[in-house]
Amino acid sequence: MGNSSLLDRRRFLLLGVVPATFGTLGIAACSDNKPTSASSSYAPTYFNSAEWAFIKAAVGRLIPSEGAGPGGVDAGVPEFIDRQMELPYGHGAYFYLKGPFLDNSPPTLGYQLRHPPREIYRLGIAAANSAAQKSQGKDFAQLVASDQDRWLAAMEKGEVAFQAVPATVFFAQLLTNTKEGYFSDPLYGGNRGMVAWKWIGFPGARADFTDWIDQAGRPYPYGAVSISGATDG
Amino acid sequence: MAERKKNVDAVIIGYGWTGAILAKTLTDAGLSVVALERGPARDTSPDFEFPRIADELKYGVRGDLWQPLANETVTIRHSPSEVAVPYRKYGSFVLGNGVGGAGVHWNGQLWRASPEDLNLRSRIESRYGKKFIPPDMTIQDYPVSFAELEPHFDHFEKVCAVSGVAGNLHGEIKPGGNPFEGPRSDEYPTPPLPAIYAGQLFEKAAAELGYKSFPVPAANSSIAYTNPYGVRLGPCNLCGFCDRFGCFLYSKASPQTTILPILNGRSNLEVRTNSYVTKILVDSTGKIATGVLYIDESGREVEQPASLVILSAFQMHNVRLLLLSKIGTPYDPISGKGVVGKNYAYQMCAETAAYFSEDVEINPFIGAGAAGQRVIDEFNSDHFDHSQVGFIGGSLIYAGATGGRPIDQMMVPPGTAAWGEGWKAAIRKHYRHSAPLGTQGSVMSYRDRYLSLDPTYTDSHGLPLLRMTFDWHANEYKMAAYSAAKMEEIVRTMKPEKQATILMRPGNAYDVRIYQSTHTTGGAIMGSNPSNSVINRYSQSWDVSNLFVYGASAFPQNIGYNPTGLLAGLAYFSAAKLRDTYLKSPGPLVQI
Repeated sequence: MGNSSLLDRRRFLLLGVVPATFGTLGIAACSDNKPTSASSSYAPTYFNSAEWAFIKAAVGRLIPSEGAGPGGVDAGVPEFIDRQMELPYGHGAYFYLKGPFLDNSPPTLGYQLRHPPREIYRLGIAAANSAAQKSQGKDFAQLVASDQDRWLAAMEKGEVAFQAVPATVFFAQLLTNTKEGYFSDPLYGGNRGMVAWKWIGFPGARADFTDWIDQAGRPYPYGAVSISGATDG
Repeated sequence: MAERKKNVDAVIIGYGWTGAILAKTLTDAGLSVVALERGPARDTSPDFEFPRIADELKYGVRGDLWQPLANETVTIRHSPSEVAVPYRKYGSFVLGNGVGGAGVHWNGQLWRASPEDLNLRSRIESRYGKKFIPPDMTIQDYPVSFAELEPHFDHFEKVCAVSGVAGNLHGEIKPGGNPFEGPRSDEYPTPPLPAIYAGQLFEKAAAELGYKSFPVPAANSSIAYTNPYGVRLGPCNLCGFCDRFGCFLYSKASPQTTILPILNGRSNLEVRTNSYVTKILVDSTGKIATGVLYIDESGREVEQPASLVILSAFQMHNVRLLLLSKIGTPYDPISGKGVVGKNYAYQMCAETAAYFSEDVEINPFIGAGAAGQRVIDEFNSDHFDHSQVGFIGGSLIYAGATGGRPIDQMMVPPGTAAWGEGWKAAIRKHYRHSAPLGTQGSVMSYRDRYLSLDPTYTDSHGLPLLRMTFDWHANEYKMAAYSAAKMEEIVRTMKPEKQATILMRPGNAYDVRIYQSTHTTGGAIMGSNPSNSVINRYSQSWDVSNLFVYGASAFPQNIGYNPTGLLAGLAYFSAAKLRDTYLKSPGPLVQI
């Protein structure tokens, strides 16, 4: 999304042609990336304090606040992950988790562990902290950012061996949920203020493009809306 | 002891597309009908209402409209010598659940088969010689022709308000449509929607290369339209929440938006949801079905006696229920004998992502499951000379985003970091300026690719899961590589800054972790006699003459098209024969 399209959006706003489909129409100028105070006040339900520190630290590296664009922590991704753990998803209700569990099937045949997502986190975080303690004498969350990045990359590539759950499985779960939290509707606790949608130019739950079907090739002029009716102004 | 219900004329197992088609036919004829659906009741309101339906996480990722795998899944292995393991999380394919079945959350790409798809073996043998077909390839002709199915294809397109352009009207090739399609008796009922921008770029490139692109036939109505049953559909607005979602606009055809409105309230039809059929019952001769056993929503076992049994569940569930009911001889890959489970097939797809510069506004969120997309059919089926290419079959090549939903459909070039600052910059740079193109290719059937009952894993009621034995064969790797090369040439002609292709190559095993296609086929195939098939040309079981089996389980091998048009055509063809012949004089409709 180049400057021109931002300007276009502004121009449409000034002309007042953004349809007020979803309740209050925000007229404020686009102010991306502003962290909300809620991000620090959320108290986790599932994760204990050591786990919560890990989640915030890891999300902060997977989608950092450095550079342009909203960071994962500011977007509320840790809250999203914690809330997911208490939902049927976190308990594994979406997956077939009956045994026997074979540990030698080819990776192409998919996930074959007994653990629901919340157990993957519990085991994976403990293993990651234990590995960091052993090698650097600190929990993952207490390491400097560059060391955290190295640990994450090692987990991603399977260069570090965890006992209870493979590091690659844990990392994939963490990255998947992080991106889900970043891009899902704000009603789940992440993507606060639709910051991730604004960053990429996705109009969210707008779901009505009749007026743009014959405008192919022209930048879409309207901002994001959420299921609750929030608009990005 | 199961509770025994009063006998009805017909019981329907599975209330999706073919269940709805048969429910209409049978209740029109005055029969008393009970439809048993394993999942919940669902309708546009309240289940698919806006804005709650515009929730990618809930429907597009978690899959709240899909069959819950926790209760029942399939097991999968690559070859008969391996131990199969459960498909524990959704990936490669998604299964439907509830009223409307997968017809709720399908893309709506409504294709007819090509005439040559229906007599594939004899066509290949006559055009290229018998030796062209590898010895382990077990393809066979359908026992029904394109001409016989055409009126039923036409009718179903009208039921579904399909938007498109005819390419062959009464044998005359028409501009703007698919010149490779079989002769049509009529135009599509509604005009196509305009091409989304990726579709426009594709059209232009295809024309430069001499191909004839046309709109994907879309069960997304383009206008307000009243179908032959008097049910009204509205125009699609390319909302981007189509495939994997229920339609809130009454635009995408589903059983709910096309057929069920006239069935709801019929006094001779009772729909029982959350009713999980565990067995089709047969009499002591084994040749007549007497009804079904099912587990109702309170967990009780119930017997529903019926004079006619309609098996219209999803492809895999049809096969599993036949095996659980011990109807027909299970297929044995060693001897090649037996038919139930034989000729499981799939589709092989490739994708090329086109990454344009930031002044090319793709607007990927504008899209539908089918409408707005453009496609070519030059390299599908037997539309081109295969004598030098060394494979049988082919692919569609199409362009068009279905919604640019950011969790599942984010496109960044290969080499982009999967996380961190680099990823965050790349998603902004590429999201609005990238377009996906795809091939969707046929998969032939083979002696060692089949369905059977798993010896170890069970569903939540303790019944064996279905076991899939499947991997790619050399024919399909060659087919996919050939199609992908044609697609890549089209993409180059579209002049993106970068392009990248995902393609299964020899050595890549079937990977259940990656979504590829829900077009699973075979296992209860259609054929000319009981030794090569489960059902005859009228979808009637060879073994049990008052049992009819519908769905893509009937396909002897897979096609490069989406299956719903063909399976609905076969269902309407059968329904007409049921109505006109069978109900007057029940018994085998094909004598051997």
